[in-house]
Amino acid sequence: MSVTTDILTVDRLRAYYQMNYFGIEREVRAVEDVTMRVKANEVYGIAGESSSGKTSLIKVLAAAIRPPLRVLEGSVTYRFNGNPLDITRAAEEEIEAVRWRHLSYIMQGSMSVLNPVRRIGRIFEDFAFRPMGLKRDAFRAAVEAHLARLHLEPGVMNSYPHELSGGMRQRVTIALATVCRPEFIIADEPTTALDVVVQKDVLAMIREVQQALGSSVVFVTHDMAVHASIADRLAIVYAGRIVEEAPTRTIFTAARHPYTRHLVASLPRIGDTSPKPSLEGRPPSLAEPPPGCRFHPRCPIAIERCRKEVPILEEWPGEHRVACFRAHEAIPAGEILHLKRGSLQ
Amino acid sequence: MTRPPLLDLRDVTKTFSMGGMLSRRHVGAVNGVSFALSAEKPEIFTIIGESGSGKTTLARMILGNEVPTSGEVLFEGENIAERRGAARLAFMARVQPIFQNPFEAFNPLKRVDRYLASTARRFLGARSRAETETPMDEALRKVGLSLKEVSGRFPHELSGGQLQRVAVARALISKPRVIVADEPVSMVDASLRMAIVNLFRRLRDELGVTIIYITHDLATAYYISDRLIIMQKGYVVEMGPARPILDAPRHPYSQLLKRSVLSFDESGAGQIKPSGRDEVDLTAESLIAGRLEPAEDGRFVRLSKPILEPRQTAGAL
Amino acid sequence: MFSVFRDLIRYNMEFAVGVVLVGAIVLFSLLSFISPVDPTAIYTTIPDMPPSAEYWFGTNSRGQDLFWHLTFAFRNTLFFGLSVALLSRVISIAVGLAAGYLGGWTDRVLMFVNDIFVALPTFPILVLFYFVLRSDLDMFKLALIMACFGWPYDARLIRSVALGLKHREFTRHAVFAGMSPVKIMFEEHLPYVMPIVFATAMANMIWSIGLEVTLAVLGFTNINIPTVGTALYWANNHSAMVVGVWWWIVIPVVLIVLTFLGLFLLAVSMNEYIDPRSRLRRMGA
Repeated sequence: MSVTTDILTVDRLRAYYQMNYFGIEREVRAVEDVTMRVKANEVYGIAGESSSGKTSLIKVLAAAIRPPLRVLEGSVTYRFNGNPLDITRAAEEEIEAVRWRHLSYIMQGSMSVLNPVRRIGRIFEDFAFRPMGLKRDAFRAAVEAHLARLHLEPGVMNSYPHELSGGMRQRVTIALATVCRPEFIIADEPTTALDVVVQKDVLAMIREVQQALGSSVVFVTHDMAVHASIADRLAIVYAGRIVEEAPTRTIFTAARHPYTRHLVASLPRIGDTSPKPSLEGRPPSLAEPPPGCRFHPRCPIAIERCRKEVPILEEWPGEHRVACFRAHEAIPAGEILHLKRGSLQ
Repeated sequence: MTRPPLLDLRDVTKTFSMGGMLSRRHVGAVNGVSFALSAEKPEIFTIIGESGSGKTTLARMILGNEVPTSGEVLFEGENIAERRGAARLAFMARVQPIFQNPFEAFNPLKRVDRYLASTARRFLGARSRAETETPMDEALRKVGLSLKEVSGRFPHELSGGQLQRVAVARALISKPRVIVADEPVSMVDASLRMAIVNLFRRLRDELGVTIIYITHDLATAYYISDRLIIMQKGYVVEMGPARPILDAPRHPYSQLLKRSVLSFDESGAGQIKPSGRDEVDLTAESLIAGRLEPAEDGRFVRLSKPILEPRQTAGAL
Repeated sequence: MFSVFRDLIRYNMEFAVGVVLVGAIVLFSLLSFISPVDPTAIYTTIPDMPPSAEYWFGTNSRGQDLFWHLTFAFRNTLFFGLSVALLSRVISIAVGLAAGYLGGWTDRVLMFVNDIFVALPTFPILVLFYFVLRSDLDMFKLALIMACFGWPYDARLIRSVALGLKHREFTRHAVFAGMSPVKIMFEEHLPYVMPIVFATAMANMIWSIGLEVTLAVLGFTNINIPTVGTALYWANNHSAMVVGVWWWIVIPVVLIVLTFLGLFLLAVSMNEYIDPRSRLRRMGA
């Protein structure tokens, strides 16, 4: 891969929450040593449980770094039109200049983006009129053309958000996020609150727009099934670190990290009646992460070294990276999925 | 003489009236639902539906929190709605709920064991400390915990999985016949989800508890259910043995749901297609006109009749 | 609890200042227990002496040593404010929790009564009580009457919190764990409204003391009981400002302003500290 096709390069990013409550200092190590790159025209999935730090990571990617979240180290460099822009160091005006025009978001609750007292048409003006820099008539025509591409009637422009169904609103937010034809879109659990049927339609739409525009999408969700259907490459985040990253197919068929293997093996599927294991324990507190590999307290194959040293993300053939000391060993599935205290856990 | 069914829903309907004084209209949340759970054979009975399908209203009626507008819910042959006072308490001991979010099911400012102790005192009549703690510990052991691990702890000191297991243990103290679990895994992490689902399976097999599992997730439903009903807009569209139905659904809406389940077979291919919702008749008319008819493998499917049919057949089973 | 107090003093300026102010006033009022003089006796010293080393706060035109007299006045006033706050908190908690949790008819009836109390004009009714009871109106009766007017706004506030709690899953869980409505209201829900209770208690004290002072200055209370209000009443009666006995008015006014300021700062800082969001965050949720 040549460097020029990477639209986003994250290098050794470390971002913590630093808080002070009545004198009690607290540090939450939400993003720890994250290095990743997103190529042009791909969907990059980020999977992780609650409090895995994935939300903090995309806050940084979206240039929404507000105290108490602080970037301590590393860089987040976008390359729009060939100009590098490190948002951890850029001035506010530089970030404003790319926001929505080049870098946009689709968020979980569509209602948080859609101002309830404005018609959809006005909301489009609020967000996209200035970045697009068109005359009013041309702007209106461009928005309508874009809505048509997403199978939305031009009539929705005159509706208020509450007049639309949940699925329709989510489609409008997708239209809103993509109307400026941004190169980079961050999607934060955009389908989590939706019903299964609507979810599939929304996912199909995101994929369709992404391919039509040739944009890159960073797609964040804890739902592995969603990643299986939409992501080209997938990063598994555990306790603030990327533990494995690979093309989606590899994650689902040839994962090396015990956490990933567990996640994939425990997915229930229609037509499959074999018993599914579950993982004992809880994700560690990011305020006091365990030493060494952060997964070791729950890992069925942890060795002494895992308790002391932090495994680095190692390159494997086929764009595959794994952070595990035992990734090279051929460990049978039975051992990885072995249950510590009987079937009950 | 045969025992009455454990739980028997007979043509249960619930309508809510909405709107102001002038534009008052009645919305059917649950329409003519009938099914029975056997007292002899414990099972996991799943209610599948999307938001607005009436599955939560149905659960509330089974728990006696909501009174049906028409029809009746019988528990061991007696109408739930008529139970008051001591009879209501006795019923609550036999039918217990598990809630959606383990972190929300416990008061964050209170110790978790107080829920267990209260259950033991009220439903078992325990007085002394030993009388209260013995059933608490027994119930906790059934879910792989012990009183020592839990007593005196606050919710934030336990993991989501532990909390959900404490919630299940709490429900088990009064030796219930039925546990109603409303979306018990939709708010929990993937690594935890199977722990809870596996636990349900064990409660059925080892303790003989019947579980009413309410969900929108077809994959876990397939994994644990014996029988299921699929609900759409308050109507049952398909009902019967779980795996045959999910393997080959017959009703157009069930088929749509199955099609919408995200598949792992082509993971990473990025070939996701729309659900094809527009081609399925999702209107209420077809549901009202439809009628649950017996079909193959012991299932029932709501089949649309011509709209000309008289409406009173709606919901009959 | 103690560590919370220590942290607040150390890191919250408002709280520290509030504690110092209120603490000083409370200490001052406690001195009344070792007072060498009877606060109701008059002409026990030379009248109209300005503040000096012998008479710290001076003496008034009725021949009373103001320092000792005001210790009694502040004791009575603080006791009065505390009683009103306590009594009205009890009513507002009971009404607010019951209306919010039980809902339905209970809620409608309680909120109807609540709205009547909101609508009633407090001041004329207190004056009416004065005319009816006259010298039978002691501090405790006055506190009881004022408490009956001091609860409705806070009851509504508590009700709104209870309404939210009613629909939380843990409340439904408690019902199925066999807890009675009383137990749910006073054990499950009460801890959530305690922050409101504390914060509004301060505001309520400010309100009730202010109203007592107003009534007393106008002579609508038992003027023989030494309070801040009656002290000002007598000062006004003797035209203290006109004859140049300024200390008779200025000193009690400054002290009562400091009291209010202290209570206000306590209310504000506790409000901030007890905000359930920050509390839950501290608890690691």
